[in-house]
Amino acid sequence: MASIEQSFKEIMEWVDDRLPVTETYEKHMSKYWAPKNFNIWYIFGVLAFVVLVNQLLTGIWLTMSYVPTGEGAFASVEYIMRDVEYGWMLRYMHSTGASAFFVVVYLHMFRGLLYGSYQKPRELIWVFGMLIYLALMAEGFFGYLLPWGNMSYWGAQVIVSLAGAIPVVGDDLMVWVRGDFNMSGVTLNRFFALHVVLVPIVLLVLVVLHILALHEVGSNNPDGVDIKKHLDENGRPLDGIQFHPYYTIGHDLPAIVLFLFIFCAVMFFYPDGGGYFIEHPNYEPADPLKTPELIAPVWYYTPFYSMLRAATFPLLGMTAKFWGLVVMAGAIAILFVVPWLDRSPVKSMRYKGWGSKISLTLFIISFFILGYLGTVHPTPGRTLLAQICTAIYFGFFLLMPWYTSVEKTKPVPDRVTIK
Amino acid sequence: MNRRLFALLLVIFPGIAFAAGGGYPLDHMTPNLDDKASLQRGAQTYMNYCLGCHSLQYQRYKRTADDLEIPEGLMLEHMVFDPNTKIGDLIENNMSKENAKFWFGAAPPDLTLHSNLKGGPDWLYTYLRTFYEDDSRPLGVNNLVFENVGMPHVLAGLQGRQVRPECMQVPRIASNGGVVRDPITIEIVTEEMCGTDLLDAGHYPLVKVEGTGSMSSDEYDTLVYDLANFMYYVGEPARMDRTRIGVYVLLFLAFFYVFALLLGREYEKEFHK
Repeated sequence: MASIEQSFKEIMEWVDDRLPVTETYEKHMSKYWAPKNFNIWYIFGVLAFVVLVNQLLTGIWLTMSYVPTGEGAFASVEYIMRDVEYGWMLRYMHSTGASAFFVVVYLHMFRGLLYGSYQKPRELIWVFGMLIYLALMAEGFFGYLLPWGNMSYWGAQVIVSLAGAIPVVGDDLMVWVRGDFNMSGVTLNRFFALHVVLVPIVLLVLVVLHILALHEVGSNNPDGVDIKKHLDENGRPLDGIQFHPYYTIGHDLPAIVLFLFIFCAVMFFYPDGGGYFIEHPNYEPADPLKTPELIAPVWYYTPFYSMLRAATFPLLGMTAKFWGLVVMAGAIAILFVVPWLDRSPVKSMRYKGWGSKISLTLFIISFFILGYLGTVHPTPGRTLLAQICTAIYFGFFLLMPWYTSVEKTKPVPDRVTIK
Repeated sequence: MNRRLFALLLVIFPGIAFAAGGGYPLDHMTPNLDDKASLQRGAQTYMNYCLGCHSLQYQRYKRTADDLEIPEGLMLEHMVFDPNTKIGDLIENNMSKENAKFWFGAAPPDLTLHSNLKGGPDWLYTYLRTFYEDDSRPLGVNNLVFENVGMPHVLAGLQGRQVRPECMQVPRIASNGGVVRDPITIEIVTEEMCGTDLLDAGHYPLVKVEGTGSMSSDEYDTLVYDLANFMYYVGEPARMDRTRIGVYVLLFLAFFYVFALLLGREYEKEFHK
């Protein structure tokens, strides 16, 4: 036994002299000091990583049987569902995983807003995170075309046609994006390339940057207290604990199992999510001559889709569609600058004032309402509601410098609070 | 769902009309994939009455035979009509799309995924029972669920003729919602109702012409149930495995969770040191 340990040690020494494996492992795992007061909100980053791995692995296996052509795509998905051994499981893991990805990422982002995780010195972590979110939206969008169902086709058609709203270059841009004068097999082929090669690489690079930036400055926590202010005689934070094994096994493992339970319950028993994860019109092959009754994007885009539709009148000589595009792009772009909009002296919502608390609550409610409205037909009443919610959405960000600086905050404790 | 309640809901929430695909409210059926006899009968009906026009091009004969517990020899003998077709082949037909389009106005679609497309078997279950005679249509029939449908009523010989009278005698409804009865004879008092009022009031507007069709209404309903059940199966044959395996996966995860939690607790003690 001792000799095995001895030889392992020697091998590691040999490797470490040439590549900083142990050093990296310690920096990011066994000697990464995480605050002791993480709560349930701090699980979604790990879960996003679990889902990412799921998407990559199932994606690779799906690629083995998928045919990225206009003629073969739809049939190849049904081939996977029927003739490939456990192909249905791979496909449902991937399609449910896509929705799960957005669920955990939205909760992860909410955590950031709740505890001010974007505040100095964590601005870059937030920006990388937003880039991940953007890449994820692109990944979902490209991937949704691949089954080549009728909703895939028309959903992509609607979004690509947004490029047409851009003045002067719009129409040419649309042709350039599609590679054709209409959505076609050419578009499908390039979306496939982007979905399985380009965007995953970008995503992985961004995830590495997100974690490197995080581990450089250390994790925030529900109190927003800097744990590095109180160190013991060895220079270790008194309120910190090694990420591995205490968080990985102590917190994350049970949470991952619980997450997998919910994930599998959906995947095995409601894989189409009642028409929200796999929409019913997608069981019909893409047909340029047959528009679905209601073109609705998958649920995770619907808040932004609502904002797009909320712009109903032309302005300054530009079409309503153009302003819809501006509103939608602005809604995503504004997320990037949150670190510089928040002027509060405290990080966590626990110690922020009523202004922040009410704003965040209204923001979340309007985001949910926008999400719902994006799944249904617009009516004048619904459009008005969408416009109000869009105003609240932007108000939350644009008024942030004001309400965070004038509100009365509570004193922040010196050390973290552990229940 | 109760049709009157549904009509009321439609007034309150117009969005439901789109969720349900609009139009005539569907009769609900509960599919049962464990009822192999029903699935076999459904497959038989499909091969005999539907396959001529509607292929199942993503599904294979062998998979169907295995899942429905039909011996392959029997399947080849009774359900496969082309002697060149092998048991591993996809369930296709020989109707040319061009001709079909010319004959019916639209080529009959492949139906492998029809049940999924319609969000369940209810649509087909209702559709195949609501054909009625309509002289204004080229094929002489119309349908409550699929208005101005281009498909002939291929099961008419079994179901018999259904007509849609302009007016019908329906029970009178009292102000308390109950049926009005004659106080002496206690017979139900009826009144005449016409046109769209019938549908709005939740009445089934079709009447079977007595003495037509080789099946009774109940027999025909069962036949359509079996067919819709089979279509539900064929929409996703993996459903049988999926729900079976899913139970074991969830049991394992629940079991594992207990140990993960107990292990986690041990590590968590360190947090309070």
